[in-house]
Amino acid sequence: MIDLTTNYLGKKLKNPLVASSSPLSEKVESVQALEEAGIAAVVLYSLFEEQIIRESLALNRFLEEGTESFAEAITYLPQYGRYSIGPDAYVEHLRKVKQAVKIPVIGSLNGFTRGGWTEYARKIEQAGADGLELNLYFLPTDTQINSAELEAGYLELVEDIRQSIQIPIAVKLSPFFSSLPNIAARLVDAGANGLVLFNRFYQPDFNLEELEVVPNLVLSNSTEMRLPLRWIALLYGRVAADFALTTGIHTAQDVLKAMMAGASVAMMASALLKYGAGHVTQVLTDLEQWMKEKEYVSVTQMKGSMSQQAIADPAALERANYIKELSSYSQPLR
Amino acid sequence: MEDRNMITIDGNEAVAMVAHKVNEVIAIYPITPSTSMGELSDAWSALGKKNLWGTVPLVIEMQSEGGAAGAVHGALQTGSLTTTFTASQGLLLMIPNMFKIAGELTSTVFHVAARSIAAQALSIFGDHSDVMAIRSTGFSLLASGTVQEAHDMALIATASTLRARVPFVHFFEGFRISSEVNKIKALTDAEMRAMLDEKLIHAHRARGLSPDHPFIRGTAQNPDVFFQARETVNPFYEACPEIVQETMDKFAGLTGRQYHLFDYIGDPEAERVIVAIGSGAHTAAETAKYLQARGEKVGVLLVRLYRPFSVKHFVEALPASVKTIAVLDRTKEPGGTGEPLYQDVITALAEGLANGWTPFSQMPRVIGGRYGLSSKEFTPAMVKGVFDELARETPKNHFTIGINDDVSRSSLPFDAGFSIEDPQTVRAVFFGLGSDGTVGANKNSIKIIGEETDNHAQGYFVYDSKKSGAMTVSHLRFGPKPITASYLITQASFVACHQFNFLERYDVLKYAQPGAVFLLNSLYGPDEVWDHLPREVQKIIIEKKLKFYTIDGYKVAEETGMGRRINTIMQTCFFAISGVLPRDEAIAAIKTSIEKTYGKRGEAVVQRNFEAVDNTLANLYEVKVPESINSDLMRKAPVPEAAPAFVKDVLAEMIAGRGDDLPVSALPIDGTYPTGTTQWEKRNITLEIPVWVEDLCIQCGKCVFVCPHAVIRQKVYSPEALVDAPQAFQSTKARFKEFPDSLYTLAVSPEDCTGCGLCVEVCPAKDKSQVGRKAINMEPQPPIREVEKEKWEYFLTLPEVDRTKLNVNSIKNSQLLQPLFEFSGACAGCGETPYLKLLSQLYGDRAIIANATGCSSIYGGNLPTTPWAKNGEGRGPAWSNSLFEDNAEFGLGMRLTVDKQSEYAREILPLFADQVGNILVSEILEADQSTEAGISAQRERVSILKERLQNIDNPQARDLLSIADVLVRKSVWIVGGDGWAYDIGYGGLDHVLASGRDINVLVLDTQVYSNTGGQSSKATPRAAVAKFAANGKALPRKDLGMMAMSYGYVYVASIAMGASDVQTLKAFQEAEAYPGPSLIMAYSHCIAHGYDLRYGLDQQKLATQSGLWPIFRYNPALIQQGKNPLIIDSKEPSVPLSEFAYNETRFSMLMQSDEERAENLMELAQRDVSSRWTLYKQMAEMHYNGKINGGGEKANS
Repeated sequence: MIDLTTNYLGKKLKNPLVASSSPLSEKVESVQALEEAGIAAVVLYSLFEEQIIRESLALNRFLEEGTESFAEAITYLPQYGRYSIGPDAYVEHLRKVKQAVKIPVIGSLNGFTRGGWTEYARKIEQAGADGLELNLYFLPTDTQINSAELEAGYLELVEDIRQSIQIPIAVKLSPFFSSLPNIAARLVDAGANGLVLFNRFYQPDFNLEELEVVPNLVLSNSTEMRLPLRWIALLYGRVAADFALTTGIHTAQDVLKAMMAGASVAMMASALLKYGAGHVTQVLTDLEQWMKEKEYVSVTQMKGSMSQQAIADPAALERANYIKELSSYSQPLR
Repeated sequence: MEDRNMITIDGNEAVAMVAHKVNEVIAIYPITPSTSMGELSDAWSALGKKNLWGTVPLVIEMQSEGGAAGAVHGALQTGSLTTTFTASQGLLLMIPNMFKIAGELTSTVFHVAARSIAAQALSIFGDHSDVMAIRSTGFSLLASGTVQEAHDMALIATASTLRARVPFVHFFEGFRISSEVNKIKALTDAEMRAMLDEKLIHAHRARGLSPDHPFIRGTAQNPDVFFQARETVNPFYEACPEIVQETMDKFAGLTGRQYHLFDYIGDPEAERVIVAIGSGAHTAAETAKYLQARGEKVGVLLVRLYRPFSVKHFVEALPASVKTIAVLDRTKEPGGTGEPLYQDVITALAEGLANGWTPFSQMPRVIGGRYGLSSKEFTPAMVKGVFDELARETPKNHFTIGINDDVSRSSLPFDAGFSIEDPQTVRAVFFGLGSDGTVGANKNSIKIIGEETDNHAQGYFVYDSKKSGAMTVSHLRFGPKPITASYLITQASFVACHQFNFLERYDVLKYAQPGAVFLLNSLYGPDEVWDHLPREVQKIIIEKKLKFYTIDGYKVAEETGMGRRINTIMQTCFFAISGVLPRDEAIAAIKTSIEKTYGKRGEAVVQRNFEAVDNTLANLYEVKVPESINSDLMRKAPVPEAAPAFVKDVLAEMIAGRGDDLPVSALPIDGTYPTGTTQWEKRNITLEIPVWVEDLCIQCGKCVFVCPHAVIRQKVYSPEALVDAPQAFQSTKARFKEFPDSLYTLAVSPEDCTGCGLCVEVCPAKDKSQVGRKAINMEPQPPIREVEKEKWEYFLTLPEVDRTKLNVNSIKNSQLLQPLFEFSGACAGCGETPYLKLLSQLYGDRAIIANATGCSSIYGGNLPTTPWAKNGEGRGPAWSNSLFEDNAEFGLGMRLTVDKQSEYAREILPLFADQVGNILVSEILEADQSTEAGISAQRERVSILKERLQNIDNPQARDLLSIADVLVRKSVWIVGGDGWAYDIGYGGLDHVLASGRDINVLVLDTQVYSNTGGQSSKATPRAAVAKFAANGKALPRKDLGMMAMSYGYVYVASIAMGASDVQTLKAFQEAEAYPGPSLIMAYSHCIAHGYDLRYGLDQQKLATQSGLWPIFRYNPALIQQGKNPLIIDSKEPSVPLSEFAYNETRFSMLMQSDEERAENLMELAQRDVSSRWTLYKQMAEMHYNGKINGGGEKANS
């Protein structure tokens, strides 16, 4: 019997496959379908404080616009007694998901104001989340803000939230740090229990016909997992946190690589959006099959087995690797 | 707060609260000023609010007031407790049913916010014209004159009708009472229950039709019995007054508020008495009390139950000492022996004397007069004028009061300075913009004062007739005594001006009493503001010794994320300065009110408002007023010197807010006004205007096409025309193949622009080095106003394009045509007006337009200035509005005139061939007028004909001369919104389309009743939220196009200029060219959709791409060619409906309040559009092989 269990954020999971934060978790039924297909845990879609603020201001603006201006039309839209503006709808949804499934449910939060981060974190905890993933990302455009200030801000925030809630915290990071090991270690010191590598940002595109900047959503593919794979392999054993590898997890092979790099869990979104919940079953079957063929008995057995500290040639994961790869790739062109 | 049941609400809510509690079925239709009673009832029912018997009243919106009355009649006949709310024309549409309901002795109450009836013009304001027009229906008429009374009488009427079996109209003045906010004591459920006798309710039900105990009602009767049967009801009418009095007495026992059928107020030994109904009677009564206290023998008899008119009660209520009586009517009955109440009083006195019921033995001298039509102010000064008249030896009969009637000399003089305002009552006046939230804040202030202090409080709000940049004036009173003053404040102790530029345009400080506080929102600080005030303002501040405060409200708003909303900031200033509450308490109360108003919309909104309140006081300064005037600035004239005399003498006075002072002789006798007057009213309502970058411009004309206010125009002209151009005038080489070697200019009218930004959004030309910069960009208006104005004025002097040389086959060419619809009062970014402007460009010089009541009739025809204009030859659209419901028929009538006169002219023209020339006659009769050149040539011929006819002394020649212009082709347009076309006017529209006549119908489809504030129409799509569909419309929109296409001979086009401007242009051209009926349905984005209208065209495009609004043309002319008449111009839906819908609050708000229902409705709505698309596609693919004629073939007549 192959043991697929793994530990992530203080919970024992039945396997290492976790649904990462995506629109799939917007419906209770979808989460139920994922559970049925075998997913071990689910990270809910993110609660974006900035979006809440925008929605609130937009609703107010358009309910007010044109009102009290013209004698025949004092208002233009009916008024409701209440709107699901604010974190309440998210919290309620989390509560419903928790009731509907047995697997751990992790909340995801992208705050905007300091007060918002801690207040919403508390609400997510109160709703019964098994953990909280902090979707931590600030895109600096101000030339006066340096990286040290930015990092200090992140750390302060994690400390604040750590003091506000009891449940485990994972920080979802971007790869854009001058020294990722340093910030990773400091985040753990500040109270993070897990690190999720990496946040995959939607990069806007240019429409050349209209000369406009347009949003562009492209689903990931397996090759994209190389960056987090490498970094988890580098950080594993150096930073005392549970690692989650997200981005580019599509197949059982991807999950295996994640585990071998040192991740506790592999998180999947694009593949689920593309193939549906049933894909989870397929990946788990393939995973088990592979392990069986290769005579692995447990996921724990392979965890970190190809991390930098475990491989024969540690330089393979460092800069030398880059030079080698490049030259070997270019050879056939001659 | 003294009493839990004291609430501060407006008259409509006060009435609706009762009506919703004591009815089971409510059938409604929106009409100003009664609309909010229906809206509130619908909203309460949507929230599950129950009536006295624990069930939620069923509220249904009908297609017209006629429909509402029919539904009410049916519900009553089957035993439901039923009501409706209406006003004005709506009440008139109910009359046929009212006769039936009364004839069948059915218990019901219609609540009417009484309003003027359209005569020489429409008016939305209050008087008794409507309720006086239903006197013969058999309905009882019970009046209220205050908000408290409206609340109370709603119940008294209901209790009375159940007992009396006579149906009731309970009425109160529109706006004055319906919209006045006042502190009242609310009736409890227990009080309401105690007033309604259970047995009477059961009896009402038992009289209902039921197959379980069948009978018939509504027979047809013959001469043998109809008369006698009609007399059977008499005992009920005889008993009714006593029943009402007993009900009033019972009510008094429960609530302590005693009313009588006629209440006498004043000196018990009065010699001069005024008799009046409604709020005016209260003003008269307050004045009488004031005069009585000063020794005058005067009194007022206040009429509450006007029908059935109880002669006995009336005469008994008069003092025995009365010698002269003035009867005041708030209506006009031209040609009558006097107005209705006057006639009743004369009759009652005569009968009372004859019967010996009067406390006096001699007939008093009685005069009658009119006052207060269309919410005309009726003040204590006017009341005193009437009392003074009564003191004369020969008082004037059939007088008017409150106006200067220099034509019939009917008006009485009065001393406008006379005032009875209680010194204990604080009065405050606030000038704001609709968009800055002033009124909303004042409504909150009134509630705070009314509910947080022991004070009584009253608020009344005066709005502009423009929908964009509208000024609002709030009148607030509060004090220890109940406030019944039903007239505007003229002397206030607090005057606030929330917009600095109002000081340049209006005499704001005329409202300030000596020593009053003046609060000004100003960009200038306390040390500079004085120097920027106009001289007139400085003078008044010094002379009246005003205490002057200033705040830069916009700065505080900007800093706290409030944008341009300065409402809570100015409200905080008011409380801080006025001291009505201690500062801390006031701020706490404001915050509570913010929480209450905005809390449900999210914490962010509340926090921003809180921050604004907290930052206010640090920015509020008292200004040290210098002792002398130092300003060179003068208040601006309302119109420029160059304006025509009528505009200067009459319209300008209205613009300046002095319309009340215009004498009768100043006004046209029959409602006829010159067109093209908006050009003289420069409103300067935007802070940003578009500015042209000539080297980037590709001269596509799209910005000109979409501009809702015709402030962007283009011209092509020969270089020689450019003489003495201002230095800043921009010009570039024209890119029009028809006009080689010409110059091109795109111009913007800086003072007429509303700053909507549609032009910038539509501009396709971007700077290659900086794509954010376009060929037209928004820039701050104030610094460039003068130079842009100079450029615009010069631009207007350049010659217009020669229409005969222009091939109008492209947007850019079409936009060289002069718009004859300009600078309307429509909302900034309006989605309707670009279509009207296009109509005016293409056909304006020969168009006759019938316009249904609604947005387009208001921005198209509301005084003071109107947008339909004329060209340099003096030609332009001839426009008229009849009613809401009859517009198609009205337009058809216009067509019939054109057809008949044309036929007649063509019949008699050949008779004069010898005198005017055979060739001319045949050319006229055979002219091809399908092109501009053809029309121009025909105009020339008709001009020669008219000249030659002048010399022929023959009656038929003179006849021909009087109608000769009709020989030039006319274009008849029937214009209206979806409320008209889909609902109230549909029957007529259908008939007119079926008539086969050459009419063009333009439906400006906003998918909602826009003018009355966003009520659902049958054009409202499924899943959209609208009033009367507060939980999202559950059923799909009506397919008007399909219904029209079913005739086979009606040209039908569905257009959306944001989806395809070329298709829009083509549809107009095909519709106009089609010699039969044409229907254009034009998708119009609207403020009621709830998004930034700057993106209106993008949303239109999405509407089409999602399939909600497919664009197509159904041209029956193609059938003759064996082709399928239906051409779908849009592609198969390519984006989900939700992608379009959730950009708009009308859809997204349901998602935010009831996600499950929203998702369910959206799924169904998606199916609606998909199946509709499939159906259309199949229709468009059908083979027309000669076997299908489409019904368009004309029979030989």
